[in-house]
Amino acid sequence: MTYVLIFISAVFINNVVLSQILGICPFLGVSKKIDTAIGMGISVTFVIAIATLVTFLLMQYILIPFNLKFMQTISFILVIAALVQMVEIILKKVSPSLYQSLGVFLPLITTNCAVLGVAILVTKDDIYSKSLLLSMVYAISTAIGFALALIIFAGIREHLNIMNVPKAFQGIPVALIIAGILAMIFMGFTGIV
Amino acid sequence: MNKNLNILTNGILKENPVLVLLLGMCPTLGTTSSAINGFGMGIATAFVLVCSNLVISLLKNLIPDKVRIPAFIVIIASFVTVVEMIMQAYMPPLYESLGLFIPLIVVNCIVLGRAEAFASKNTPLSSTFDGIGMGAGFTLALTILGAVREFLGTGKIFDFPVYPEDYGLIIFVLPPGAFIVLGFLIVIVNKLKTTKN
Amino acid sequence: MGKLKSSFKNMLLSLAFISIVVACLLAFVFKMTEEPIEKAKKQRQENAIKEVVPDFNNNPAEEKFEVEISDGSKLTVFPAKQDGKLVGIAVETNTAKGFSGEITVMAGFDIDGTVKNYAVLKHAETPGLGAKMQEWFSDASKPGQNVINRKWNNGVKVKKDGGDIDAITAATITSRAFVDALNRAYEAYLKTMENDSCKK
Repeated sequence: MTYVLIFISAVFINNVVLSQILGICPFLGVSKKIDTAIGMGISVTFVIAIATLVTFLLMQYILIPFNLKFMQTISFILVIAALVQMVEIILKKVSPSLYQSLGVFLPLITTNCAVLGVAILVTKDDIYSKSLLLSMVYAISTAIGFALALIIFAGIREHLNIMNVPKAFQGIPVALIIAGILAMIFMGFTGIV
Repeated sequence: MNKNLNILTNGILKENPVLVLLLGMCPTLGTTSSAINGFGMGIATAFVLVCSNLVISLLKNLIPDKVRIPAFIVIIASFVTVVEMIMQAYMPPLYESLGLFIPLIVVNCIVLGRAEAFASKNTPLSSTFDGIGMGAGFTLALTILGAVREFLGTGKIFDFPVYPEDYGLIIFVLPPGAFIVLGFLIVIVNKLKTTKN
Repeated sequence: MGKLKSSFKNMLLSLAFISIVVACLLAFVFKMTEEPIEKAKKQRQENAIKEVVPDFNNNPAEEKFEVEISDGSKLTVFPAKQDGKLVGIAVETNTAKGFSGEITVMAGFDIDGTVKNYAVLKHAETPGLGAKMQEWFSDASKPGQNVINRKWNNGVKVKKDGGDIDAITAATITSRAFVDALNRAYEAYLKTMENDSCKK
């Protein structure tokens, strides 16, 4: 039951993009087409899952025992950057077809603040910081929330392309306003858990 | 000197990182629930920007090309950590309200972007000016956004009451308001740009 | 000076150099700010205690102890003493029933179980609605919603649930959570009072 609650809360109620406002750059940048949005969503889910696993272990077994908590930001971002590189290399060797479809998104993910954000949030939370399993459920649910918001948003923007938008509103401004309305819709989920 | 002055004003107006270049959206939207929060976040980012620009342009000949990105990230992350610790020690209320967004300055595209595009190619002096200009532009945009949201949402600006709080539209201090207000601010900037031409 | 070539040795040396300098800098700043950070945290806790209990002259933060309440969780209790005699206690209580996440409250009781004052320490409730907890429940001009100087009982409820406390307009869930936090604090207060060693 706990897992279901964490899932619903991370996907709908505390949606990482629309409620916590993390990962806005890819949300605005790669949401012009549904196909690319799906690719980005899968890549981010993949990276967030591995990054949270590694940073959780790093925090528990190296940074806390040696009283090096102040190195958190610096070590986490390096781990994430290295992981993304590694995933890219492995993917290229093991599954060229998957690399073809996801490869272009991977370099962008290092600077996706949702990845670093989730890794840090997990270490700060009283409950998640004690259980690797709960942390992983939370991280993956958050990533699914990111993918969901991205894909919905891409669907709306595809329709927007054929609309007649005033010149000053074209591009990012109208996208932001629509994201605002989408965020309002997601606010309707608050309180269901 | 004239050139440096140009670099300085460039970041504030013509190439404002938020309103024109559209960089660093997460902290822009996430921390501007009030004018003072926006201002605090802007100053913290500006500090990191100036320091990292200066240090990177000083070290640019010592860093081989192939490892420049990791080197930049290490330098930026260390300044971010310094800011984080100082804020925690001397400004705990502001640190609490900005929360997660302080360590996330590391992945703010503006900082790495300026390091790569400007500081790694220019002298320390002009890099510092670039950092100050960009930082000021970022702070200005965040403060305006925060002030507008605070005014519409709670009837105050910088905690100074303008009209009774009960008439405020709370939605503007919540996440949806962030998206909508920023959208309209960019529309206004776009409109000003086209009429000027 | 020309730019260093991207040879393996150069890359390694330059990254190692930067990392060492950075590590030293961070360690230095950490040592420098460690004490002020601790102090700021302590100050905050002490201020909250001072706000919620009657005048005291001991150091409650040093004499704190944990009390286990019926659902198995532990709350921290800070006894406030005037010249060695207990005058009131502050309980750092929390609840998971908030609208969005945990709410932490420092609740103060005097020795006969009257709520002296409270301070909301941490919450993520909706600004303008649930976030009004600090003002709403301490408004002395509105006895229906004021909890200050109210003799607390077991199982106090908001009006909607058949109790006698006016909930915050449009934020019933938050109000319920707030009352729940105080109920938990009251339970810790009762447990503390049962324990004789603390009364002296």
